[in-house]
Amino acid sequence: MQENAALRNEREFPHGKTGQGVGARLPRKEDDRLMRGRGQYVGDVRLAGLQDVAFVRSPLAHARIRGIHLPECHRGSVFTAADLVGIKPIRAVSGLPGFKISEQPVLATGKVRQVGELVAMCLAPTRAEAEDIAASVTLDLEELPAVYDMLKAREPGSALVHEHWGDNVFLETSYEVDISAALDAPIKVTREISTARQCMSPLEGRGVVATFDRRLDQLTLHSAAQMPHITRSGLAECLGMEEGQIRVISPDVGGGFGHKGILLPEEVCLSWLTMRCGHPVRWLEDRREHLVASSNCREHHYKITVYADRDGGLRGIDCEATVDSGAYSSYPFSACLEAAQVASILPGPYKMPAYRCRTFSVATNKCPILPYRGVARTGVCFALELMLDLVAAEAGLEPGEVRLRNLVRPEQMPFDNITRKHFDSGDYPEAMRRALAAIDVDAIRAKQKQGEADGRRIGVGVSIYCEQAAHGTSVYSGWGIPMVPGHEQASARLTPDGGLELRVGVHSHGQGMETTLAQVAHEILGVDVANIRIVLGDTAMTPYSTGTWGSRSMVMAGGAVATACRELGERARRIGAKLLQHDPAAVVLQNGEVRGVNGSVSLKAIAHTWYRRPQDLPPDVDPGGLEVTQGYKPVRDSGTFSYAAHAAVVAIDPDLGEVEILDYVIVEDGGVLVNPLVVDGQIYGGLAQGIGTALYEEMPFDASGQPLATTLADYLLPGPTEVPAARLDHMETPSPYTQFGVKGIGEGGAIAPPAAIANAVNDALRPLGVELMQSPITPHRIVAAVLTARAAERSAA
Amino acid sequence: MKPAPFAYERPRDLDAALSMLAASGGSAKIIAGGQSLGPMLNLRLVQPELIVDISGLAELKRAEVSGDELVLGALVTHADIEDGRTADVTRGAMRGVAANIAYRAVRNRGTIGGSLSHADPAADWISALAALGARVTLRSLAGARSMAVEAFVVGALESALHAGEIVEAVHVPARSPTAHWGYAKSCRKTGEFAHAIGAISIDSAAASARIVIGAIDTAPIVITDAAELFGGRIDADYKQRFDIRAADVLLANAGIDDAAQRHIHVSVLKRAVLEASA
Repeated sequence: MQENAALRNEREFPHGKTGQGVGARLPRKEDDRLMRGRGQYVGDVRLAGLQDVAFVRSPLAHARIRGIHLPECHRGSVFTAADLVGIKPIRAVSGLPGFKISEQPVLATGKVRQVGELVAMCLAPTRAEAEDIAASVTLDLEELPAVYDMLKAREPGSALVHEHWGDNVFLETSYEVDISAALDAPIKVTREISTARQCMSPLEGRGVVATFDRRLDQLTLHSAAQMPHITRSGLAECLGMEEGQIRVISPDVGGGFGHKGILLPEEVCLSWLTMRCGHPVRWLEDRREHLVASSNCREHHYKITVYADRDGGLRGIDCEATVDSGAYSSYPFSACLEAAQVASILPGPYKMPAYRCRTFSVATNKCPILPYRGVARTGVCFALELMLDLVAAEAGLEPGEVRLRNLVRPEQMPFDNITRKHFDSGDYPEAMRRALAAIDVDAIRAKQKQGEADGRRIGVGVSIYCEQAAHGTSVYSGWGIPMVPGHEQASARLTPDGGLELRVGVHSHGQGMETTLAQVAHEILGVDVANIRIVLGDTAMTPYSTGTWGSRSMVMAGGAVATACRELGERARRIGAKLLQHDPAAVVLQNGEVRGVNGSVSLKAIAHTWYRRPQDLPPDVDPGGLEVTQGYKPVRDSGTFSYAAHAAVVAIDPDLGEVEILDYVIVEDGGVLVNPLVVDGQIYGGLAQGIGTALYEEMPFDASGQPLATTLADYLLPGPTEVPAARLDHMETPSPYTQFGVKGIGEGGAIAPPAAIANAVNDALRPLGVELMQSPITPHRIVAAVLTARAAERSAA
Repeated sequence: MKPAPFAYERPRDLDAALSMLAASGGSAKIIAGGQSLGPMLNLRLVQPELIVDISGLAELKRAEVSGDELVLGALVTHADIEDGRTADVTRGAMRGVAANIAYRAVRNRGTIGGSLSHADPAADWISALAALGARVTLRSLAGARSMAVEAFVVGALESALHAGEIVEAVHVPARSPTAHWGYAKSCRKTGEFAHAIGAISIDSAAASARIVIGAIDTAPIVITDAAELFGGRIDADYKQRFDIRAADVLLANAGIDDAAQRHIHVSVLKRAVLEASA
């Protein structure tokens, strides 16, 4: 199958064959820097006069602030909300009807609404000294009842996070297509399913270095950010400054995953502080701040009923989904992106005639929920795929059979599903068939009959999802959040020596875009990838972009680079024709040269002429020269749909609750892959995060709203020994709407593993009467369920 | 996450270290490998005025067999034991335990004396050494005293150390040729602190057994006369006689209310018993 893809690439993308164009498994250019420890992160920024900031943070989840007491000796080094005159709170409003607005003060005023909320900012020559000052500040807090359980928070009489709302619901949405048509289905399965609150945990946390340049009258904010242009807009709104007065530079970023797409109160605070104190200031998030105060995600609850016929055919889904959105609406994605998405994406890649979903985005005294790789899809996939296994059990069918019966079929493409999602292309049943064959379900069934010598139980599980990516204006304009993506732009410029500079407003934080965007340019212009430089992550150097999120960068920035390079190539071709003394119609751009019957002239020579020997240019030359900015949107901007079928085999010791992943298969279709090596890396990384969701990661809270996993000793992340060597298989169904037929694939790896692993665990333990419907599946949860099942069996006997 | 300010001393010999500890009046902390104290300092869970770094004390790095016991200086690292750089009288038992402590980076720096002094219930040595019948020597300016490991650990992060006192050495008795050894623990991921530890040293020829149930919320449960866990007597078929209900009662009596938690502990202990009998 990989051979087929290679053959097709050779046909359609000639430069893939040379090892550098679209489809080439090119090692990442940036790894030369990153793997030698020469990356430059925010923590590496050194500015003269730099001082460090530590924050005083709320120790309570919900309290009224009666006073903040500063020791006399530290006055002048400690700043509170009272000092931040004119600074506006962070507001991320959704235009969806009924949305209730929260205002997040950058330093707390009146109340604190989450543990870790910023209360005061302490400045000192070093971080240690700043922490000493922070420790000397005392808070006089009147503790209020904490809203810590999203389901209880919906009940009347609950304490209120924002009193003037009258309840704790940011937004309620609903979507229905004739659910009454499903109610007479012979199979009806109802469950409650939930996913834990998680922390995203990139290797590098957030970090900010702010400074003010008096010559340029410009604030420069170095920040580990995925979306520097959006950060700039948000900062300008909070600070009351012109956007031109602010430059955001995001240097090397050690993993984003959504966490770094959010405007931070810390960014606003440090911007204000550097202008106040006149020297550069820095704050680097430590791991405890990250866990306690910053990067919460994923906490979903589903009450779901699936209706089906005896043959496993889906009749409908009825669901009530609740998402714990935390205390504030985060900028720019808002507090309701996740829950409201659930209603539209829950049906996944399946056909069904009836559907109903109500969603609640609930405010609690926890950190704001942020979109984490896969966003709502991981929870949705978990809920639906666990339910389909129960339908299979009711119908007496293999879980794979139930999926094959209900998946959208290739001949139906393009396909508009029950929530009007537009599937661009793909063969979902084929992906599932390949996964089932590769994991060898029949062999597992035979093994299960024999039993394991060591007393463990084995199980096999599958899951499949679709990932809408690079969705644009038509989708986001409906959300009404502060950010709507439009045309994506790229600038392409030939340098006088024939090199190529590309400037894009997206950012790379592990995705390998310095390589893949160069491959796209190489495909068009034939310039050697080694001679292509990519400029990213700087509002002063790149065209405006909403940045890197939603698996959009390869589709959008890749498309923009291709478009700009085509225009650049056309201009070069016309100059080349003149130099060859040819009719422009008779020359072509090929392999970095303009060729005619008389001979050829290199792009390097053409660039030399434009910059250094303009006297040789044709009189009608395009005065725009060899520097082009072009915008791009796919033919349809409703998004590309990539997908993958995952299959897992696990072994479980029911007395210890230990789960070992014995085998893992992923069959992925991300359209045409610009660089399959980079895609493999994306999938492996996503799988590791998905295993974290499935088995390890959980941020629990007590009844006073205290987060309980405050170090990495308590918040468990999978390590190398917990991640199996997965077997990958690629399909390549081009998108009909994008340059080269590419699709976004960045998030997919993290979507399906929790469902596949949970289904495998339940497959192994079903004969014991055990069913686990909550992530993560911990040893304690397994053993507790096993003991409950054994007790039930004893009392029945 | 930076520590509060502290003074730092790195004495050249044990007497100097003990004098510094005595002079500090209880406001000093000893650092050796720093694998637990380092994070605790950074989290400001401890804020000592003085850190006494004992890593330069050659007399605490000695490891020698004396009579039929092994004497390990407090500064012997887990990796020293794992790699066989120290003598062994336990026929590989300690080496096996050492090799599975946390990660290699921790084992390179972490010391046996530091691990005992820290008295984390989930750490390996306080359970393993109790099962092996080891003793510790504590020294202060006033002199030395010695006690069994199970007496030394009095609770979670609580030891019998007095102010001004330091763990000097661990004395491990030779394991008899007829004694079987089993050690098992449950960790959710490689290198993580254990959620359950079971250790057993059993000699059916001598009809004796020491059993430890560790990684509970307090000091490990140490059963020096373990016959009750084997139906009242210890003989060659102890594997078949192991009584999981008796073990469960021990845990319940120790205040562990959660049945699943007890079940995991009992299952881990059973695994240790099976390992011993294999």
